Amino acid sequence: MGKRIGRIRIAIQAGWALLTNGYLAGFISGKIYTGKLKSVCVPGLNCYSCPGGLGSCPIGSLQAVLGSAKYKFSFYLFGFFMVVGTLLGRFVCGFLCPFGLIQELLYKIPFVKKIKTFRGDRTLRFLKYVILLVFVIILPLFAVDAAGTGSPWFCKWICPAGTLEGGLPLVSTNSMLQSLVGFLFQWKMGILIVTILLSIMIYRPFCKYICPLGAIYALFNKISIYRYRVDRQKCTHCKKCEKNCPMNISPVSETNHPECVRCGKCKGACPEEAISSGFCSHRKKKDMLYENGITVKARNSDRNI
Amino acid sequence: MQIGLLALGVLCVLFGIYREEVSTVLTKAIYICLECIGIG
Repeated sequence: MGKRIGRIRIAIQAGWALLTNGYLAGFISGKIYTGKLKSVCVPGLNCYSCPGGLGSCPIGSLQAVLGSAKYKFSFYLFGFFMVVGTLLGRFVCGFLCPFGLIQELLYKIPFVKKIKTFRGDRTLRFLKYVILLVFVIILPLFAVDAAGTGSPWFCKWICPAGTLEGGLPLVSTNSMLQSLVGFLFQWKMGILIVTILLSIMIYRPFCKYICPLGAIYALFNKISIYRYRVDRQKCTHCKKCEKNCPMNISPVSETNHPECVRCGKCKGACPEEAISSGFCSHRKKKDMLYENGITVKARNSDRNI
Repeated sequence: MQIGLLALGVLCVLFGIYREEVSTVLTKAIYICLECIGIG
């Protein structure tokens, strides 16, 4: 069952990546899509300077609006994150992010010793919130030039997705851009190479420690409509789900944890089929009891709450 | 609560469209972002 879930998920990830990067002519011509679809954001981290990109990166867009002289708050992006986050939480990371897919494929490459966790792993995961706050919000808002315009600091100095999806295909096919390559490109290439190497050793290192978009969706994981549930009547506490969780969380005691990317590996690993997922907004008390592990079964009086 | 958040989110998106934030997003997205690709 686990392998079947994995195959379906990879197919969805690949299909979504192709669908949202379907401007294939761009890869040949070294140009990007310039249609009106670009005013719509895609849910995952997908550079809008990727030659195939049909939509906009929400993190790049947020920096563009906050860094513009005209706006100091983005209702469009704030609302977008609220809608997508409330509906899906980090399901986006597990299913709808092309850069997440790339990291997962890299992790499939055999390596002498895969690093499941290390000292400081959990603490380091807070780094993505700091990056969100500093590089995506504060610096674009306040580090502005004379015209009142800020830079997209995260995209410029950190994002390896932009280098991989936009930088490499555009620079390799556009001679004018090749003539402009300098220190920044080398810096970003360095970050990309480190990310690739780490992705072979560690499961989704960028998602765990760096991604500001994952940080935003993580805030919604506990309350999103798409959620995981654990049936404690079926659970035997064998901990197979925990051992199989690539994000190193316990699906039983930490159901819908901010780090859960809803990959479904815990569901596939559970011999009792005690873990399920789906959309539910009004199952209310019964499911909450299961999720929080307070009781094994909802009381009759709870059913009408 | 989820329905309330969804409704608030949709209202925010609509208000963002009304005050033309979308054109800022579009303008940024239809030109190659030199910072994003590492040119500067």
